[in-house]
Amino acid sequence: MVRVDGNGTDSLIKVRGLDKTYKRGGEDVHVLQGLNLDVARGEFVAFMGPSGSGKTTLLNLLGGLDLPTAGSITVAGDEVSRMSGSKLTTWRARHVGFVFQMYNLIPVLTAFQNVELPLLLTGLSKAQRKQHVETALALVGLEHRSRHYPRQLSGGQEQRVGIARAIVADPTFLLCDEPTGDLDRKSADEILTLIEQLNREHGKTILMVTHDPLAAEHAHSLLHMDKGVLVERAKIGEVQ
Amino acid sequence: MKYLPLLFKNIVRKKTRLILTIGSFAIALFLFGILAIVNNSFNGALNSMAGVDRLMVQNRVSIIQPVPEAYKEKIEQISGVKSVTYANWFGAYYQDEKNFFPQYAIDEEGYRQMYPEFKVSDAEWKAFLDDREGVVIGEKTAQRYGFKVGDRVPLTGVLWSPEHSWSFNVRGIYHADKPDEDTSQFWLHWKLFDERRSFGKGTVGWYIVRIDNPANAVRISKEIDTMFANSSTETKTQTEKEMLAGWAKQTGNIGLMITIIGSIVFFTLLLVIGNTMAMSIRERFRELAVLKAIGYTDTFVLTFVIAESLLVALIGVIMGLALMALCLPWIEAKLGGILQFVFLPTEKAIEGVILILFIAFLAGIIPAINASRLRVVDAIRRV
Repeated sequence: MVRVDGNGTDSLIKVRGLDKTYKRGGEDVHVLQGLNLDVARGEFVAFMGPSGSGKTTLLNLLGGLDLPTAGSITVAGDEVSRMSGSKLTTWRARHVGFVFQMYNLIPVLTAFQNVELPLLLTGLSKAQRKQHVETALALVGLEHRSRHYPRQLSGGQEQRVGIARAIVADPTFLLCDEPTGDLDRKSADEILTLIEQLNREHGKTILMVTHDPLAAEHAHSLLHMDKGVLVERAKIGEVQ
Repeated sequence: MKYLPLLFKNIVRKKTRLILTIGSFAIALFLFGILAIVNNSFNGALNSMAGVDRLMVQNRVSIIQPVPEAYKEKIEQISGVKSVTYANWFGAYYQDEKNFFPQYAIDEEGYRQMYPEFKVSDAEWKAFLDDREGVVIGEKTAQRYGFKVGDRVPLTGVLWSPEHSWSFNVRGIYHADKPDEDTSQFWLHWKLFDERRSFGKGTVGWYIVRIDNPANAVRISKEIDTMFANSSTETKTQTEKEMLAGWAKQTGNIGLMITIIGSIVFFTLLLVIGNTMAMSIRERFRELAVLKAIGYTDTFVLTFVIAESLLVALIGVIMGLALMALCLPWIEAKLGGILQFVFLPTEKAIEGVILILFIAFLAGIIPAINASRLRVVDAIRRV
């Protein structure tokens, strides 16, 4: 269930009265204004909207990368918007899996080592980490490329490694920012199928920003964002 | 330990830059080592505490002016004086003028006891005493010229009776336990020297006086100099350490020069490495931001960047020490005995290593702070 009226209950992600204001050239720019959002566990939500509408800012706030000017964000009972910097970092490691448009893999590390990065922060043994990484790579269909460096992989494969890195520590939800924005149609479809599979078969809660209506079709719900305000558009299928 | 692969892979990502940075650290440490060796060579004898209970009595005018032989008995009468011996600069060369090493005509009866830090076996000492043309040589000089016990060594006199052909038999080789003891000396019999010299008879170059307690050094020095005040040959008495310090000062303030050169080198190194580290971190802002996004703390990023700088410095330190170990024998051979103590004292090596690591820390700290303060949203632009 996804709601934007602020009346949701038992949501995994609960956003209330969210404001975000930036200072630009001495002027206040209100990016988000009194935004409400409820996302239930296991949802797959797509955010669409014109550039500058506040999609990325919302994702930054939901991922604990930035703090709101006003309002609250609660994820699985934790009020993220009131956490200090270091606590927020620890919270991110446990709860959020990031999938970036530009993949953002570390070029000097192999696929295996890139995926292992989040696990180094845990108390897992080397053998346990290996097992987790292999499972994650198998899930994205890249177990045979684990020793390859990012430069030896195609864009689609790099994004798969990025997804494996996002899911390896079994986060509470995934935040995907234009995950197919840099890919050709075929690779994009493969990635979207993979993301959908993570939601359907593994119950991952996924929030995805996209400009691509075809990508948005894979989601259960589509939210349109305009001038810092969310509007629930429709169920998928009505998008186009 | 689990972060080591990440650390190693990060430092080797730009190999040319890494090699140049490591080279900078290695060369800086090497230079530090060379400066320390030069300093130590000039002040090496001062570092040894062996001479604190020995006084040197020389002519007040200069060490090259003689002192009467008759002073010995008078000095021995002074309260607190345990023994007195004497020596004289011989000043000859072996085969070629550049083959320089210190030669002393020594008082056979007292010199060995006066310098217990120079070890020579009883059998070799006896052989020396039994042969008026015999000599005892320090192991460093023996090694340098390949002298062995039993060899005949011809020297060409410069100061004393150059018309004579001075040939000696090597009867003993002395050693020292500490590396900063002078094992380059060449001792010949006083009697032979005194017989053959054409001038200066009845005089010695200087006296060496062993006293009962270093605390009495000032009093005894004063008494000796007072005893010969207003005579035709006034004396200047000081501890062996003071005399060597005075000699070292005559060559200029080596320590100050070395400090200035060293400071300039290390300051330059700090600027160069600091800039390199800053560049390296700027190039990786996005990657560091990703690390922070997935849960690495600001403190981790700070520590990680400093650790990178220290790791590069550590490799440079190892290379620098290896370079020094390789080059020192060659440098020593090339210097031909100009410097006496061509070795890097352990404490200086440790000092150099700490200094390099400290510079690496300083060079890394500002980029590390910048990296740790990095705002993820700014660096990645978009999540």
